[in-house]
Amino acid sequence: MKRYFLKLIAIANFLAVMPYAQAQLKVDISGVGANQIPISIASFADEPLTGHSISGIIRADLQRSGLFKIIESSEILNETAAVNLASWKAKGADAIVTGSVVKHSDDRIELRYKLADTVRTVDLAVHSVSTQSQFARLAAHKIADDIFEKLTGIRGAFATRIAYVSRSAGEYRLEVADSDGESAFVALRSSEPIISPTWSPDGTKLAYVSFELKKPVVYVQDLANRRRIVAANFKGSNSAPAWSPDGKKLAIALSREGLTQIYLINADGSDVKKLTRSNGIDTEPCFSPDGQSIYFTSDRSGGPQIYKMNLDGADLKRLTYGGTYNISPSVSPDGKMLAYISRREGKFQLHVLDLITSQEQRLTDTTHDESPSFAPNSRYILFATEASGQGSLTVVSIDGTAKYTLSAKASNIREPSWGPFSK
Amino acid sequence: MQFSKQAAIVTALLLLLSACSTVKLDESAPVEDRTGKPVPQITTLPPYPGDPGLGAGSNANTTASSSKDPLDDPASILAKRSIYFDLDSYVVKDEYKPVIEAHAKYLTSRKDRKIIIQGNTDERGGSEYNLALGQKRSEAVRRALQLLGVPDTQMEAISLGKEKPKATGSGEEAWAENRRADIVY
Repeated sequence: MKRYFLKLIAIANFLAVMPYAQAQLKVDISGVGANQIPISIASFADEPLTGHSISGIIRADLQRSGLFKIIESSEILNETAAVNLASWKAKGADAIVTGSVVKHSDDRIELRYKLADTVRTVDLAVHSVSTQSQFARLAAHKIADDIFEKLTGIRGAFATRIAYVSRSAGEYRLEVADSDGESAFVALRSSEPIISPTWSPDGTKLAYVSFELKKPVVYVQDLANRRRIVAANFKGSNSAPAWSPDGKKLAIALSREGLTQIYLINADGSDVKKLTRSNGIDTEPCFSPDGQSIYFTSDRSGGPQIYKMNLDGADLKRLTYGGTYNISPSVSPDGKMLAYISRREGKFQLHVLDLITSQEQRLTDTTHDESPSFAPNSRYILFATEASGQGSLTVVSIDGTAKYTLSAKASNIREPSWGPFSK
Repeated sequence: MQFSKQAAIVTALLLLLSACSTVKLDESAPVEDRTGKPVPQITTLPPYPGDPGLGAGSNANTTASSSKDPLDDPASILAKRSIYFDLDSYVVKDEYKPVIEAHAKYLTSRKDRKIIIQGNTDERGGSEYNLALGQKRSEAVRRALQLLGVPDTQMEAISLGKEKPKATGSGEEAWAENRRADIVY
C-alpha cells in the first residue's frame, strides 16, 4: 500500500515539475536553394548542460534556410580546439563551427563559438552569447543568425517567432512558436474563429480578429502580461488590423458605414479616421515600411486588386493587373517586394511582385494559398496552404527555390504572421 | 511528522503549483478585458411575460398572455430566417421579398426586438475579402429592411465570412448553402 502511494507521489511530482506540454510543429523540407554552402557544425562541448543540442538547433536552422548543406560530423569540438582547416576542407566543408557551453552561477549560461572559413583559412567570427538558461534555444538561434550573416551577407531570421491559428476538435487556438516551430504556446483559446493575427513592430503584442462576441472584433493583446484591449468594436464588422511601423496606430477594415472601408485608429483603440473612400470593398491594409502609405485590396474596379495610396489619399496607384482576383498584399520590410495571393484558373497561389521592375513571379504549385507574411530579413515568405485537406504553413524563399512546411498532427493551421527581429 | 503525511503535503503543494502554472500558461483563465471606450453591444431583452422565449420548437407555455409571439410559430413565415444568394451576387432575390416584408412588419410592431444579420460566403477565397463579401450580403438584407421602415437601432449587420460554414465540404451544393445571410433575434 505504501509502495503504491509512493509511486503515485512520484508520478504527481513528475507531472507537477514537467513544463506545459511542449507543442511543436513538424518541419518538412521540400526545396533547397540553387547554391548551397557546405558547412560542418561540431557538437559544442558540454552542450547537454543546456538540456538542448545547441549544435543541432544551429544545423536545423541553416538547413531550413536552403542555403546550406550540412556536412555531418560526430565530433565534439570547443572553440579553443586546434582545428585542421585543411582536413575539414577535404571533407567538403567550406566552413566549420566549433563551440562550448559554460554554466555560470545564478542560472546563466554562456555559449561560446568560433566560425572558421576553411577555404580562406581565416576565422570569421569568435563570439559568445550569454543568457539565462531558459533562453538556451534563443541563444542557439542567435548564433545561427550570426553564422548565416557572415557567410551569406544576409541578416539571419532564426531568432524570431511566428504566430498562427490552430484548429482542432471545435477549438481555435492563437499560438506563438519559435521560427523553427518549437516551444509553441497558446495565447488565446476560443470556441469561435480567430483570424488575421499580426505582430506589433516591437514584437510584444498581437493584434487579431476574434469572433467570440459573435461578430468580428479587433483585439490587441500583450503577450507577456496576457492583458488585452478591444481595439475596435464598432457597429458592424471590424477586421484586418495592420500596425504602423512606429507601433502607434492600426489600420483596420470597418463596415460601420455600410461598405467595408479602411480606417486608422490609435493602437489603444482611441480616435478613428477614415482613410479610403470608394464605392467598392477596401480591406487588408498593409503599411509601407516608411509608414507614409498603405497597400490594400480593393474591388472598386469590379474584382479585387491591390492598390497603394498615401495615408492622405493622394497618389492612388493600382499594382496588380494579372488575372481578375488579387488579394492579401504583404510588403517586404525592405520595401522592395510585394507578396500577394492571385487566383489563376481557379487556383489561389502565392505571387511576388518586384516593386521596382514590376516583374511578377508565381512561387508555388499549390492551389489554396492564403495570408502571406514576410520574414523580417525580407528573404522568406510564410503563408498558409492546404495539403490533403489539412491546413499547414509553408515558408518559401523569395526566389521560390528553398521551401519547407510546418504542420501539426490532426490540426488545421492557418493565418500565419512572422514576427520582427528579436531584441 | 509521518513520512506519508509529509509526502501528501508536498504532493498537494506541487499539484497546486502545477495547477497555477497551467492556468497561467494556458488560456483557460479568461484574459483581462480593458475596453478603452464604450463598446456598442447588441443585447437581447428577456422574453415577454408568458413568452417562453425564442427558438424553433420551444414549447409555448403561455401563462399570462393569451396571444403567442409569432416568432415562435414554426408555421409562420417569420420562422424563415435565411436569405440565399446567387454566386457573386449581393442582391436580395425577389423570392425572398415576402420573408423580408414579414420580418420588417414584425420589427416595426415590436420596438423591443433587435436582430443581428449575419452574412456568409462559400469557402473559396481569402478570409478577409470574404468577410467583406459576406458583409455585402448582410448589408443588403439590412437595407431592404430599412427601406420598409425598420430603424437602425433595431438592426446590426455583421459578417462571418467563410469562417462558420453551415455546410462543410466542397462542391456546388455546399457552396450554395453557405452563400447566405441569417436573421438572428
